Amino acid sequence: MVGPMNSLLVVQGRVVDPSQDLDQVMDVLILEGQVAALGEEASRRAPPDLERVDATGKVVCPGLIDLHVHLREPGQNAKETLATGTAAAARGGLTTVVCMPNTTPAVDSPAAVAWIHERATTEARVNVLVAGAISKGLAGEELASIGSLHRAGVVAITDDGRCIQNNELMRGALEYSTMFDLLVMDHCQDYSLVTEGVMHEGFFSTMLGLRGWPAAGEEMMVARNILLAERTGARVHCQHISAAGSVRLLRAARQRGLSISGEACPHHFTLTDAAVAGSAEFWERDGKDLRRGMEGPTLPSWPAYDTNFKMNPPLRSAADREAILEGIVDGTLEVLASDHAPHCDYEKEVEFDYAPFGVTGLETELALALMQLCRPGRLSLAELIARFTTGPARLLRLANKGSLAVGKDGDVTVFDPEASWTFSRESTASKARNSPFYGWPLRGKAVATIVGGRVVWRDDPAPAKRKKTPAKA
Amino acid sequence: MSWTRKDLLDLQSLTAEEIQTVLETARAFKAVGERVIKKVPALHGKTVVNLFVEPSTRTRTSFQLAAQRLSADIINFTAEASSLKKGETLKDTARNLEALNADFIVIRHSAAGAPHFLARVLQAHVVNAGDGAHEHPTQGLLDLFTMLEKKGRLAGLQVTILGDILYSRVARSNIWGLQKLGAQVTLCGPPTLVPRSFAELGCRVTHVLEEAIEAADVINLLRIQHERQRKSMFPSLGEYTSLFGINRQRLAAAKPDVLIMHPGPINRGVEVDSEVADGEQSVILEQVTNGLAIRMAALFLLNGGKAPQPAPAG
Repeated sequence: MVGPMNSLLVVQGRVVDPSQDLDQVMDVLILEGQVAALGEEASRRAPPDLERVDATGKVVCPGLIDLHVHLREPGQNAKETLATGTAAAARGGLTTVVCMPNTTPAVDSPAAVAWIHERATTEARVNVLVAGAISKGLAGEELASIGSLHRAGVVAITDDGRCIQNNELMRGALEYSTMFDLLVMDHCQDYSLVTEGVMHEGFFSTMLGLRGWPAAGEEMMVARNILLAERTGARVHCQHISAAGSVRLLRAARQRGLSISGEACPHHFTLTDAAVAGSAEFWERDGKDLRRGMEGPTLPSWPAYDTNFKMNPPLRSAADREAILEGIVDGTLEVLASDHAPHCDYEKEVEFDYAPFGVTGLETELALALMQLCRPGRLSLAELIARFTTGPARLLRLANKGSLAVGKDGDVTVFDPEASWTFSRESTASKARNSPFYGWPLRGKAVATIVGGRVVWRDDPAPAKRKKTPAKA
Repeated sequence: MSWTRKDLLDLQSLTAEEIQTVLETARAFKAVGERVIKKVPALHGKTVVNLFVEPSTRTRTSFQLAAQRLSADIINFTAEASSLKKGETLKDTARNLEALNADFIVIRHSAAGAPHFLARVLQAHVVNAGDGAHEHPTQGLLDLFTMLEKKGRLAGLQVTILGDILYSRVARSNIWGLQKLGAQVTLCGPPTLVPRSFAELGCRVTHVLEEAIEAADVINLLRIQHERQRKSMFPSLGEYTSLFGINRQRLAAAKPDVLIMHPGPINRGVEVDSEVADGEQSVILEQVTNGLAIRMAALFLLNGGKAPQPAPAG
């Protein structure tokens, strides 16, 4: 091999790094997997035969982190694998993903954590960090071996997909986690109130005759977590916030200085419950602003009761969507994540009531965030990037990620905020086909994804040269 | 008047003209039912499948008889005796039926939107015979037909729907159909069964029975089921009856010619007393008769049949 391993020079991109308050055109030198130099020093020190990534006219930022991803291994390989899930992540510009523990078996033992770490070394395209379970088997009854999980290297614990209903157990998990300074992430859902709800309770659930999932079912668990965070001093993270009331509660709690955080997903800040009634209802009512941004003759269309619009928590009202956007802007929701939740087509191609909750999102999250937050001027580019980099790195205590400072990991995302493209079933790298955004004209796209000084994905405008993604039957 | 839709899925998406087309066509078929020979050859050689994933007797029988009177072949298919019980998906079941060249699939299902899902994946005509709490369009149409027949108009009519609105597909089909044809709809029952969100559908919502019945031209009663309802919705059938049950005494406050309707099956002594259910204001059995005409009209129109020409003006 010519030249040093895992090394390259990213040339003449607009480097936007919120961790250093940096926004200017310069080179970034990565040597042996770490950031070695920026600016003129980078150009000077780069060996002449070093691999170069031309980023002229593009944005260069610390590698994006998604702390809420379902990679489905072990045991649910029909939905997604480490290989396909991380291929989708690379395509979306993510360099680090945190995989959720609701697998088969659940990640509630050090052995399961070790298995994922081991498998990721050969299969994964990007960094895979592991979230462990809070309770054994995610059953919500007894604590998992949180100390052993921590020693095995989990970056957080969560029962995601489920929510611990027993308040005493949740309090115990929070108190116990403080011993390891471990982030406790919670999927906020009160089961007794939500019952069999499948979509937001409101006008459209009434019209469609679908069982409602009331916003209060999330808000009361956010309130519970705030009270317990205050009592225990633990670090609590409320996942995929969907309701305006949750944003209000979190905002007030954070103003009081509590160690509680929240995350927002692109589907919640882009779509509303009107979408469950079909594209015509959505574009007519809550999609007017989005429609304006879409040039081109045909709007994306989908039918009523489309199960690619079923996720948990559900799409909510336009007022909730606005509150989520405001929460992102004022920092109440300090991280953005996809909640990438792949499912098999035969699982989703059923009656709405019977379909599993969840949509994919790794490949579309950057574009949707740019479209909904930067383009309308709600957030600057640096603020947006912070919510994918310094935000998650701080919560997960990732000392070497989320920054392009010298000595940090050589994870870099190069994206073109202006690139127009259309997401499609045919082009996805995920094994799953359950995105609500197929056929959407999107703006903003990762053009190169660099992990530890290696280019793991590069957008090639010539389709013939495009690398085939693994799609094992 | 013409009909161009492949499927009959709900009344919410139909235009007033399309609803009127069905009602006009049903009027002609009702006359057929009064003849000695009740059969017409309109669907001769066609196959209708009754796919009843949720149990039902009256609607299934009504569709069966409607198909037979149109000379179609009919297959009854219930979930208990089918591969759906063995884990086959609805899509596969329906595609198998289509592979047998079924022309119509009449589906009853506990999941809202199931007929819409089938309509997307099948070439065959899909008729919604009730999907969860969503809609029951032929019931809505037969209710409209009955009101029109008895009152001579729908525009301006005051219609009260009383009872379990939240979980009722009959209520939703009535609400859309009536509003499209210019009637005013009042919903009444306890707030747990008649939540505020129904006001957004354009209805008047009240929880006071007297307010609901005093100006009503029609009172459409819905079946109250306490077992399914769960105990958090209302405390007991007895309390429901004491607050909202219709008896002769309460009906005295209504207009003398108010129509009493009920989609059945009736819970005598719960939502309605026998005296009222069997009284002269009740048109409950005529609804059943009209249901047959409506279902014949629906199958006929979906098959490409032409609606009768309206009588020349003047």
